[in-house]
Order: sequence, then C-alpha cells, then structure tokens
Amino acid sequence: MRTVSLMIQSSVAPARPSSAKDLFLAFSALALQGFGGVLAVAQRVLCEQRRWLTKEEFVEILAVGQVLPGPNVCNVALIVGDRFFGWRGALAALAGMMTVPLVIVLLVTAVYAQYAMHPAVAGALKGMGAVAAGLIVGTGFKLAGALRVNPMGLPACAAVGVCAFAAVALLRWPLLWVLVALGCVSCFYAWKRLRPGASPAPETR
Amino acid sequence: MTPAPVDWLALFAHFLLLSLLSIGGAITVLPDMHRVLVGQMGLISDQQFNAAIAIAQASPGPNVLFVAVMGYQAAGLVGSAVMLTAIMLPSTTLALLVARWARGRREWRAVQAFKAGMAPIVIALLLAAGWILSVGTPGWRHLLLTATATLLIWRTRVHVLVLIAAGAVLGAMGWI
Repeated sequence: MRTVSLMIQSSVAPARPSSAKDLFLAFSALALQGFGGVLAVAQRVLCEQRRWLTKEEFVEILAVGQVLPGPNVCNVALIVGDRFFGWRGALAALAGMMTVPLVIVLLVTAVYAQYAMHPAVAGALKGMGAVAAGLIVGTGFKLAGALRVNPMGLPACAAVGVCAFAAVALLRWPLLWVLVALGCVSCFYAWKRLRPGASPAPETR
Repeated sequence: MTPAPVDWLALFAHFLLLSLLSIGGAITVLPDMHRVLVGQMGLISDQQFNAAIAIAQASPGPNVLFVAVMGYQAAGLVGSAVMLTAIMLPSTTLALLVARWARGRREWRAVQAFKAGMAPIVIALLLAAGWILSVGTPGWRHLLLTATATLLIWRTRVHVLVLIAAGAVLGAMGWI
C-alpha cells in the first residue's frame, strides 16, 4: 500500500483523490481559477480544500518542480498525480491542468486583437496583474509556515531565504546560478544538520 | 508566414532543447524564444510576442500556454500543437523520472537534505516573483492593490476569483 507521506513532515494529509478522474476534475477546476498563475490556487485547493497534501509536502513537491526544467505548476501536477495513481494519475492531473485552459486561451487569442486597444480592457488586465502578484506573495508567506519544522532551523532558513530573494529579485542574477550555488550551500548545511546513519548515499544534487 | 516543413523540424527541435533549459518555468527561456521566433525566423511580430504573454497571463491556467498562443499566431492550430508539445515533452518526462527516483529514496539523507535545503529558496522565489511583477509597473495604486491581495490570501479564506474580479473591475474603471 502506497503511503501519501514524504519525509520532514509534521503531519500526513488526511485525504486522497478517489480516482484519476477525480484528479483530472480537481486540476481542471483549480487551473480555471488561476488567472496570472496557478500556484496560489493550487496551494489552496490541494492543501486546504481537498487536503490531499500538507503544507510541508506541497513545499517539497514545489522544490522538485522548481529545480527541474519545465513549468512549475505542471511539474507539481505531474508529481502529485503520479504519487496517487502512477503515470495514469500524472497524465490525468496534467491534462486537467492544460486542456480547458488551452481551449480558452486560443479563443481569447482569436478575439483579442479587436479589443486590445480598449482602455477598459487594458486597465482590467493591469488590475488582474496587480492582484496576481499579491496572490503569489501571499502564498509565499503562507508556505513560510512550513519552515518551522525544517531540520535546518528557522534562522538558517531565514538567512537562505533572504539571500535567494536578494539575488533573484534585487540583483536579478540568473536563476540557474542562484539555484546551483545557494542550493548547494543550503542542502549541504541541511545534510550536516540531519542525523547521520539513515543514509548510504552521498549528496547528489 | 507559415514555415516550411524543414523549419518546423528545426523549431520543434529547438523548443525540445528550450524545454530542458527552462528551469524556473518557460518564462526563463523567453528571451531565446524571442530571438528565434521574432528575430531569426520572423514567424511573429514583436507586438504578437508581447500580446501572447499578456493573453496567457490574463487567461486561466498555466502561463506556459503563451507558447501555444505564439504557435497559433505563427501557423494556427497545428503550430500551436507542435510548439506546445515540444516545450512540454522533455520537461514532463524528466519531472516524472526524477520524482519517482526521489520517492524511492526518500529515506536517504541526501534526498532529505535536498528537500530541507531547497524549501527556503523555493519560498523566497515566490516572493521574488511577486516583487518583480510589482516593481515593473509605475505608480503606487497597483502596489496598494497587490499588498491588499497579499494580506487577504494570506490571512483570510476569501476566494481567489473574487480577488481577481475585484482587480479587473478596479482596473477597468481606471483606478490603477
């Protein structure tokens, strides 16, 4: 029997999807609510409404999804789907995430040209963009709560977080180098802090 | 406008490559897409390129769909299918393989260290994304709107769509 748990968790998510179809529908629904980015909605639906993942599990999956190439939310959908129903689940979650939004975005493209110059349309886009930025930041604050159970401890987490923010947001360094350099330092520190004995493997990433 | 089959193959191959380079999402390879689609091949114009991103951000769903919009602008539904497939196929395959590999080894100290070490970076990247989106626009009213949305999503259970709709209405009335 497959468990829903990863490690470093403080709790196990209490629920799981009933079928691949359930996954497809849930990811369709959350994708359709995600204007200007799906991550905020995904966190809400998966952790708070459906309760398929804990906050800690969501952060772990997001870490994998963010380090790997490809759209983060699509990687998250794949990994979540795979966890519950193998590759069928992965496909169902990804298809849910993409199918209906793809149809909508192509329809919007077809009619966009006529209205692009209209000031109300341009203004509405700006307003939605401002809210979308807030949704991302708010989700970040919410997920920061998961750091309380991080084996590195809060001060180290805060230091790493501040460095990452400064490098990417303020200095605008290339993401790849920030992930590699800071990621190595941070993971090495975490590796030192985790009790030895459980693992035969050297640091691989 | 429609490219020859050879060009399609080259474009497909190039997007397969970009897919593997798109760490942090398809947005990170945007400059190179611009170089190829607008500069080198002349498939779409600068305006079309910018509109594709705006449309994808204003529509529901993952932002990577801007690639489908560009494909559609270049060569209709076929172009859309070709480019979206190319940008998704390598990254999704890799994500599945790596996630499975890590799941099978979740007791390993190295895997645990990776997850613990990356968690604060992942969260900082979310804050950084919000920051970059906010400071790009001049004026203070949109910052107020962003800050309000931040507080509401963080501290309350108000529905995401309500916030988006409120932003759209305020913007359409010219408040921002």
